[in-house]
Amino acid sequence: MKRDERVVAAALGVSILAALTLFVVYVRGGNPQAEGALLALALGGVGIGLLVWAKRLMPHIRDETQPRSKTAPATEADREAAVETMESGVEEIRRRRFLSRMLIGAAGALGLAALIPIRSLGRSPGDSLVHTKWTPGARLVTAEGTPVTESTLETGSFTTVFPEGFEGSADSQAVLIRVEPDQLQLPPDRIAGAPDGLVAYSKICTHAGCPLGLYLAATHELRCPCHQSTFDVLDGARPVYGPAPKPLPQLPIEIADDGSLRALGDFSDPVGPGFWEQA
Amino acid sequence: MIVRRLVDGVDERLDGTSFIRRNLGKVFPDHWSFMLGELALYSFVMLLLTGTFLSLFFVASPAETVYRGPYAPMQGSEVSLAYESVLRISFEVRAGLVMRQTHHWAALVFVASMTAHLVRVFFTGAFRKPRELSWIIGVTLLVAGIGGGFTGYSLPDDLLSGTGLRIIYSAVLSIPVVGTWLAYLFFGGEFPSAELIPRLFVMHILLIPALITGLLSAHLALVWHQTHTQFRPKGTPESSVTGTPVWPKFALKSVGLAFITFAVLAALGGLSQINPVWLYGPFVPYSAPSPAQPDFYAGWLEGILRLWPNWEFHVFGHTIGELFLPAVVIPGIIFTALALWPFIEARAKHDTAVHHDAQRPRDEPVRSGIGAAGIAFFVLLMLAGSNDVLAKYLQVEVDTLNGVLKVLLFVVPVLVYAITWWICRDLHARDSAPIAHPPRVEFRRNAEGGFDEHHDEARSRGDVAATQGDREQP
Repeated sequence: MKRDERVVAAALGVSILAALTLFVVYVRGGNPQAEGALLALALGGVGIGLLVWAKRLMPHIRDETQPRSKTAPATEADREAAVETMESGVEEIRRRRFLSRMLIGAAGALGLAALIPIRSLGRSPGDSLVHTKWTPGARLVTAEGTPVTESTLETGSFTTVFPEGFEGSADSQAVLIRVEPDQLQLPPDRIAGAPDGLVAYSKICTHAGCPLGLYLAATHELRCPCHQSTFDVLDGARPVYGPAPKPLPQLPIEIADDGSLRALGDFSDPVGPGFWEQA
Repeated sequence: MIVRRLVDGVDERLDGTSFIRRNLGKVFPDHWSFMLGELALYSFVMLLLTGTFLSLFFVASPAETVYRGPYAPMQGSEVSLAYESVLRISFEVRAGLVMRQTHHWAALVFVASMTAHLVRVFFTGAFRKPRELSWIIGVTLLVAGIGGGFTGYSLPDDLLSGTGLRIIYSAVLSIPVVGTWLAYLFFGGEFPSAELIPRLFVMHILLIPALITGLLSAHLALVWHQTHTQFRPKGTPESSVTGTPVWPKFALKSVGLAFITFAVLAALGGLSQINPVWLYGPFVPYSAPSPAQPDFYAGWLEGILRLWPNWEFHVFGHTIGELFLPAVVIPGIIFTALALWPFIEARAKHDTAVHHDAQRPRDEPVRSGIGAAGIAFFVLLMLAGSNDVLAKYLQVEVDTLNGVLKVLLFVVPVLVYAITWWICRDLHARDSAPIAHPPRVEFRRNAEGGFDEHHDEARSRGDVAATQGDREQP
């Protein structure tokens, strides 16, 4: 046997052995690494076998030169005839002007009717993007439903809060942070909603809507893990770095008589990234 | 005899003048770079095979359940049925993990080889008339491939995929006038709606594969009908094609390549872990992984988002969201320009001729320069897409890195263009005007002990072989 033939035979032999071993591995419970490796050998053996066969054992099949097109190129007359056929057909239909216009009307109306199922795909946005589940008096709870009180947070720490009964709600998620009260520089109408250095903002980044996961206590900054937008917690969550165009909406809160934290109402602005209906 | 009856049967039905003989004897030109498109084709075949297997086990439902499977760290966690079924495929279905990982690797190789194939076609001018339609279909296939990849890695309902989906949702939301409606119709309501996973599933296993299969068939039919471009051997006309006959040599080589592609994908699927969703955890809307990195083909899109300035526009009491330009308009312009490139170039060069020759990049310095600049641009955007990881690795602030990248994004493509143009022009000039043989001068010692110069004009123009032949004479 010639050397090249031996190579092909060996490659196909490896393939056969690997495929059979694959059976054994599978029957004995399977193993991802062994399955992948054996499958690679079984497939690769065939691949290499065929490639060597084609390249080494077929030297007598030489490259050939052929014309690219087997048919003669169209003449000017051919093209004229084609245009003629097309146009005469169109003319045949357009000749009956009323009927052809009715046909266009029918096609258009059907096209419109076909859009109806698309409307079923989702409900109207309405003002759902402007409101969240926060209502006046809603208690702040953690994702697990544990109520948050005025003593839950040390200064410099933060937690994720939800309105009670809506734990995990995507649009209502908020971060509650405790800072030194005199460091907060909120506008006068907002300062009342941040009692005792406890300030809450929407957790949804105003850039692309990722949840803000990182709080840098030293600089009082919230940072988005997706595109590094950074917000100054002390200054009304103003964006100080990155692609976010506007501040995080603030959630006004109060400390209730029992020490629990409650919302005074919904966020100060629509949460998340910008959309057309937003003013 | 069976073969005989088959050949007769087909010929009688399709074409009296030997349909089979004509097509079996068709020749395909050979060049290593022509295999890139085949790689894409065969990785798509692998995607269909492994994907069909996975679809039999995947549960496209966001309904909550408590995980009770064998993966201990997740036991007792509340997860969606979708996420649970992916863990089941990974840990309980025998050979499931190999299938899943091979599927993911095949998706990466599919998009990567389509991209490489596109680059090859671009630099060799193989998109020129009459092959513009193949080019446009090819660009559409690339977009469909990226869409297939994105919907695919969004399905497992893990933390990383949820984050990617939310960014896409926000991008749709930012479209002026119709954005909110589009987002609600497409995603079935405010993110994350219960409709999301079933819809992604239908797109991923029905709409996109059907689109790719259709376009791919048209792409291949066009190559078959229009014949392949080639680096033409000397002495053959452009109206001819020189290559290996389909049967049996080319077929054997191509099937061989298919099996090697499958083998590499299977090896990756078995030996190289990819998308370990059990480590990311299930999707919860109030958490995001850090650092968050998409699959490579979305990296440049992510890069635009990270570098784009924080511009939000307010017009007539309405808002055009920050994402609209970087996530919708810019990618739209890039893909449109790419798809229309054959027409842009033909118009710029006033070229209406039909071309069948593949060009060498050096023969088209402007096009090659633009192509190289484009590659540099995408590479920089990909780096920007992983700026947080890169900053940690280089031990610089993300801020600093972004500043540098923003400058480089404008400077590097221009430099790359200039350098590529210059190299191409130089190589081209060298090819077309080979260095003339230096005049042959001989120094002969004379009787006085000095040297005389002897010029031999006739021999100095002689070819190299003759000169060397002379020297070999003792």
